[in-house]
Amino acid sequence: MNYEVVCGLETHIELSTKTKIFCSCTTEFGGKPNTHCCPVCIGLPGTLPKLNKAVVEYAVMAGLATHCEINPDAKMDRKNYVYPDLPKAYQISQYDQPLCRHGYVELSNGRKIRLTRIHMEEDAGKLVHERGNTFIDYNRSGVPLIEIVSEPDIRSIDEAIEYVEKLQMIMRYIGISDCRMQEGSLRCDVNISVRPQGSTELGIRTEIKNMNSFSHMTKAMQYEIDRQIDLIESGEKVVQETRRYNEGTGCTEGMRGKEDADDYRYFREPDLVAVRVTDDMVKKTKAKMPEDPQKRLHRFVNDYGLTEGDAQMLIEHRRIADYFEKAANGVKNTRTVVNCITGPIFARIKDESEKDSFNINIPPENLSALVRLFDEGKIRKNQLKSTLEKMLDSGKPASAFLSEKDLAGISAEDLKKLCAQAIHANPNAAKDYLGGKQKAVKALVGAVMKATRGRANPQEAEKILISLIGQ
Amino acid sequence: MGKYGKIAQLQEMLSSGEISCTELTKKYLSVIGKENGALNAYINVTADAALKTAAEVDKDIAAGKELAPLEGIPMALKDNISTKGMETTCCSKILGGYVPIYDATVWSVLKNQKAVLLGKTNMDEFAMGSSCETSCHGGAKNPHNLKRVAGGSSGGAASAVSGNLAAYALGSDTGGSIRQPASFCGAVGFKPTYGTVSRYGLIAYASSFDQIGPIASSVEDAARVYDVISVYDKMDSTSSGQKEPVLPALENDIRGKKIGIVKEYFDGVRSDVKEALLKAADVFRSLGAETVEFSMPSIHYSLPVYYILACAEASSNLGRYDGIRYGYQTEHYTSRNEMICKTRSEGFGAEVKRRILLGTYVLSSGYYDAYYKKAQDLRGAIVQAFDGAFSKCDVILAPTVPMTAFPENYAAKDPVETYQTDICTVPVNIAGLPAVSVPCGFGSDGMPVGMQILGPKFSESTVLNFANMYESAARETSFKDTGMGVSL
Repeated sequence: MNYEVVCGLETHIELSTKTKIFCSCTTEFGGKPNTHCCPVCIGLPGTLPKLNKAVVEYAVMAGLATHCEINPDAKMDRKNYVYPDLPKAYQISQYDQPLCRHGYVELSNGRKIRLTRIHMEEDAGKLVHERGNTFIDYNRSGVPLIEIVSEPDIRSIDEAIEYVEKLQMIMRYIGISDCRMQEGSLRCDVNISVRPQGSTELGIRTEIKNMNSFSHMTKAMQYEIDRQIDLIESGEKVVQETRRYNEGTGCTEGMRGKEDADDYRYFREPDLVAVRVTDDMVKKTKAKMPEDPQKRLHRFVNDYGLTEGDAQMLIEHRRIADYFEKAANGVKNTRTVVNCITGPIFARIKDESEKDSFNINIPPENLSALVRLFDEGKIRKNQLKSTLEKMLDSGKPASAFLSEKDLAGISAEDLKKLCAQAIHANPNAAKDYLGGKQKAVKALVGAVMKATRGRANPQEAEKILISLIGQ
Repeated sequence: MGKYGKIAQLQEMLSSGEISCTELTKKYLSVIGKENGALNAYINVTADAALKTAAEVDKDIAAGKELAPLEGIPMALKDNISTKGMETTCCSKILGGYVPIYDATVWSVLKNQKAVLLGKTNMDEFAMGSSCETSCHGGAKNPHNLKRVAGGSSGGAASAVSGNLAAYALGSDTGGSIRQPASFCGAVGFKPTYGTVSRYGLIAYASSFDQIGPIASSVEDAARVYDVISVYDKMDSTSSGQKEPVLPALENDIRGKKIGIVKEYFDGVRSDVKEALLKAADVFRSLGAETVEFSMPSIHYSLPVYYILACAEASSNLGRYDGIRYGYQTEHYTSRNEMICKTRSEGFGAEVKRRILLGTYVLSSGYYDAYYKKAQDLRGAIVQAFDGAFSKCDVILAPTVPMTAFPENYAAKDPVETYQTDICTVPVNIAGLPAVSVPCGFGSDGMPVGMQILGPKFSESTVLNFANMYESAARETSFKDTGMGVSL
């Protein structure tokens, strides 16, 4: 029998606000244990939370970027559970009135994965096991998170991966999170079940907790799909439970069943007032947000004549897309701008995070000026490339490397003179050419190019050389 | 101002040089040394810090500086108000040895004024109790009769003020914890509108009910303290502060104003207490106020609503005491879970455990709708009932407690019966309203009787105005000095 995968994801994304969700401690990653803490985020008796407005704004942006409705009656709730990394013994989260509802993320195959909700919550601290002891580091305690919950609309591992990649792209794009799975700023729980192809009923699902890389997620999902199908085929039942992925064995393992599920005893957080997001606030946030990346992609293809692939490469990182638009301003050969970015410039970027920040030492106006010289035929492709490298080495504009003479180009008369000089200086080359060695003319072209420091048009020079030799 | 204001009188003595702040502080410390053994009002006396502040106040006086409103006045704080560098335990074994690293907002406001903190006062463990006897230090005694309790939960604060071991004290009121002990001890206890005094640094019992307020020996003193502590605090999201000072309103004319007498507040009230209240109503009428009688049936829901919601919040608020970061930790254990279980079993007293269990139960899935949700709905109904009531009258006059101070160990016998004695105080906490308890005479047992004056939200000046007018007219027959402590 053929089976269909039914999957929904819960994605936790750490927001990149400067300060924590309920106090003014820094959210900076790392730092000596328990140095980014205050009485509030370590939950000392008598302390009270104060909701960081930037967190609400970022979460609203996440909602707007994923086509959600913003809930005007949102509130915060307490989720009670006991664990040493949770210093108040409750996490302040949102239960029945999340900030954002009813959104979607569109995949490349055109399918829309519906979002049930996006809510705000605080991160917990971290247990560190060392020297046979357990220590607690509360630096992460109170770092703001959003949890994005999808409907069970995902139908394959590929869709699941693309969904997370899309979320990553969107959230990075609007600048609310760096979404790095390795560093834990994006983690997923995968709810997954299988059913016979064509069936409309939902199968019994399991939840795989804490996926922290795409490769683990792929392997875990594949294992779980196979496991569930095997169970069904052998006449057994899938048990609703929470499972973890064992990286060592590549298997998923049961953690706890439905009956052992925690009772979180949610209730309204009495220390905080309601989260009132007015239409006006939504409007203001919208105005501050960058263009929707999907729309921007279409615009890049239509307005700049880029291929979808090139456009995608630029769009992925907002700063790069912004840089491109500035650099392409007033330029005819927009593809050349793309090639400059994806070629010499990308070659100097080490990793994704550098792409994110995109701190390039040449301002886009300078790249624009360089490409315009190429547009106008004042410089040639090889000059463009070598000049760009020099600009990247020094941070200086193109004018620092191209003299007036370079930019003035070579007159036809001068070129003819130079070609004659080249033939004169290399009599053997002309002889060889006349003797049938067609390639010999290339040596002469090289000599002309050298004499003009690359300013001459090599095809033009070749034509003149051949006609001169023939005379 | 008025003739019963002790704070104004003390400040006059200080600024005139009649007594130095150091001498005054020593006087208080000396009587605390002598009499606290019998009263058990203080559980921690902070003599060195008090004398240090007193010396600073004396410098201010010598330099001819004008004194801040509460500068140099010896006072006390309930042990659930965080004091940086001074142990703060809520009179619970589980917080033994816990020394806060920050000050509660109310205390930092008073500290800035150079208030002289004599010490931390006794209370029911985590403010859960009506007799002060759930304290891990044993209960505070009633200065009017040492065989009676001071009441609770701010029993130590009321006992200290009534026994003249402090000019005033700050308590906290979640279901009556300021007003009930003030009533038992013959002091003035004022529970302001929820939000007017910052809760930052008040160790939480039930966050949506808790409110800090003063216990003092006169209405004027309570108003004076309230004006200082009712500041907006950005650290407390529920903070509103008070816009206008209340002190200037104390002597406003109350002629023609309406006092509501609500039938339900008198159900089950002991006859001698009822009699004292009716006499108080006569006094108000003689001052030109009118009384209107009506019914508020939803008052009857107050007790279950209060105990369900307060315990639910408490079960969550008290989850953090696990022995890991601060306070008590059990000695012998083999696993983390065992450590947490044993720490909590050994560290919490019976009443606290009872309320944690009750609160956990009402929030559990399957019971939430039947208890917590229903109680929340009824809370809304009670708020509405008060809105309706205050369209008929300016303030409501009610007993503070249906009886006078309990004998020792009364509360431990039957917890539910004891909960029922909170019937007159909890409605105000449910609706977040201001209410003041003022002594209004004595019961047949010779113990003080307190009456409450309650008003709509943010009507503290009206409520204290009525209380002050009553006090001015009837103090001679309603108030008795205990003859203990510092006499001026």
